[in-house]
Amino acid sequence: MASAATVWDGRRPEQSWLSRKLDDRRVLAALFMLPVAALLLTFLSYPLGLGVWLGFTDTRIGRDGIWIGLENYTYLFEDPVFWLSVFNTIVYTVLATILKFGLGLWLALLLNHHLPFKSLIRAIVLLPWIVPTVLSAIAFWWIYDPQFSIISYVLRGIGIIDTNIDFLGEPWNARLSLIAANVWRGIPFVAISLLAGLQTISPSLYEAAMIDGATAWERFVHVTVPMLMPILAVVLTFSVLFTFTDFQLVYAITRGGPNNATHLMATLAFQRAIPGGYLGEGAAIAVAMIPFLVASTIFSYVALARRKWQQGGSDD
Amino acid sequence: MAGVAGGTLLGRAARAEVVAADVPTPGYEIESGAELRVLRPAKFVAGDEELFLANSKKFTDQTGVAVRVDQESWQDLRPKTAVAANVGTGPDIVLAWNDDPHQYPEKILDLTDLADYLGKKYGGWAPLAETMGKGPEGNWICIPVGASGGKMVYRDSWMKEAGFSEFPKDTAGFLELAKALQGIGHPVGFTLGQAEGDANTFCHWLLWAHGGSVVDENGKVTLDSPETRAALAYGTELYKTFIPGTLSWLDPSNNKAFLAGEVSVVANGISVYYAAKTSDDPNVKALAEDIGHAAMPIGPVGRPTETALTVSGMIFGHTKYPNAAKEYLRFMMEKEQYEPWQEASIGYWAHSLNAYDGNPVWTVDPKHTPYQKIMTESLPYGYKGPLGYASAGTLADYIVVTMVSSVVSGAASPDDAIAEATRRAERYYR
Repeated sequence: MASAATVWDGRRPEQSWLSRKLDDRRVLAALFMLPVAALLLTFLSYPLGLGVWLGFTDTRIGRDGIWIGLENYTYLFEDPVFWLSVFNTIVYTVLATILKFGLGLWLALLLNHHLPFKSLIRAIVLLPWIVPTVLSAIAFWWIYDPQFSIISYVLRGIGIIDTNIDFLGEPWNARLSLIAANVWRGIPFVAISLLAGLQTISPSLYEAAMIDGATAWERFVHVTVPMLMPILAVVLTFSVLFTFTDFQLVYAITRGGPNNATHLMATLAFQRAIPGGYLGEGAAIAVAMIPFLVASTIFSYVALARRKWQQGGSDD
Repeated sequence: MAGVAGGTLLGRAARAEVVAADVPTPGYEIESGAELRVLRPAKFVAGDEELFLANSKKFTDQTGVAVRVDQESWQDLRPKTAVAANVGTGPDIVLAWNDDPHQYPEKILDLTDLADYLGKKYGGWAPLAETMGKGPEGNWICIPVGASGGKMVYRDSWMKEAGFSEFPKDTAGFLELAKALQGIGHPVGFTLGQAEGDANTFCHWLLWAHGGSVVDENGKVTLDSPETRAALAYGTELYKTFIPGTLSWLDPSNNKAFLAGEVSVVANGISVYYAAKTSDDPNVKALAEDIGHAAMPIGPVGRPTETALTVSGMIFGHTKYPNAAKEYLRFMMEKEQYEPWQEASIGYWAHSLNAYDGNPVWTVDPKHTPYQKIMTESLPYGYKGPLGYASAGTLADYIVVTMVSSVVSGAASPDDAIAEATRRAERYYR
């Protein structure tokens, strides 16, 4: 009778091979990670690998290249424009990052106080970050225009200067002008991120410090800074990466001029690879950015994320 | 007097005519279901775009071939063209810059039959068109559509105020004019920033006017020469008369400065005049009356050394509809379309086919006339060498611009700047 088949015999039914595999947590984990791995391999590893490969070839746009070993790198090693772009990139990144963090932290501390219309002010602070980079670049291009600069116009109007400021025609003026534009654009990201960090600090720590007689400066140094350090490390890492690889601001405002004085490694790589047509050399410049990026990431992340220091211990 | 002159000009305009020979059309058999994608530079004058699109629509109406026209900014056209060439997909037709077709001759279709037809029908091709249109094998690899050339654009009243009754024809006289204009508070201004059009136009003219060139006929770099040094010495003197800030000027900067009355002379296409003439601002419109156009002064080399930004129609080999693409280019170059297109842009794109010398646009206003022979009188940017990857790369890398701007501004000595420019140019020409 059919009922005999439905009697449970006390044994688990035989599992298929697939079921057994899917019950294995390692297999399941690997399976779940597969889509992400595929995306990363396709859109990150492959272009990176291709870029590294192109740097060892003489590929031009429209024509395949051949392996030329380190020739692109040895040429760049003796190329003063390349070294100028390295210098510019480092100056740009260091100065802009210091200013963004100094001013961003200051702004975050201000916004952390109880202000009227606090939410509205915070939203307004984010505006420079929200505006598309190329639009803010065009606005700065006008602000720095040698003939029509609003800054020169105002300063002339109140009698501080006689002739317009040559913001973009003189190398150091141009570099500092671009840094100012980058700082204006980058402050909101730093300020809002640090503000989030500030709000995670327990008020009881400040109360305890006050009971111990700590001054405002001592509270800042011994409570705020150490507690803020983990988020500071992350924000600094991102900020350095964004600044080091900046392209749009420079390309829209100066295109690397005057006399290549404002070329960053990213803009020089683009100019040589795409308009210049020399993909191999452009790729080599782009690849040359990687050691700098890795070094700055390691510095900002490892150096600032020392847990003992954050917790008030010594730097052993 | 103005009325008499105007009447004379109208009379000449009435006589001007584009004469086309009776030549049988090639009769390209359009593929069934054909559709085309065309990539072209973004407009610099409004009439150019309006008529180009109208003509494309007319083609669609007559043939049933749908045409999609994409426009790219000047800076982005070259990379987009390069990518299409590299990956073998994208637009069927590109109106490409300068020597771009010579970078990928094996990726584009031979257009000799079409060029022969157009040449026979419209009085032959202008010299610059022949240079740009023919590939290394002597066959036609593209159809030069037109060129935008730089002329001296000046304020007539200020020139007269400076004591000059007409625009100087040679470089020595021009330097005197520039000094005089600076003396009366109206400096000149020439683009020295990383500007693809205006900076390259001015700096190459300066180099060639003194007998220098980036390369010789065989593509050997010849920048290290007494002629280059003479050009840089002249440029240094001339730079002293410039309005401050030209080192950072990009392509729109000189137009803005001129129209705002900040500078008295710039090197530009007819777009400045077009902008003044079609402006809604009565003050700017009135400025059009005072604008003069003159040929770029001739230097010690003794002949014109102007250059021009050429656009040429090329058809990629990856197109599924080669006949439709050829027919489209033929259609756009025919008198019925080309003549009104040129008129709408008041000659911003000077013609490549000689018969269009007869287009009334050149004589209806005497201020248009200096731009009439751009493609007859101009040299290609790659002068004196062969066109191709090296000439395109040298131009895009601002090698001549950087050499000139760094010397005239005192940022580098002539020897250092020439050595650096030579090093970069040899990277391409090797």
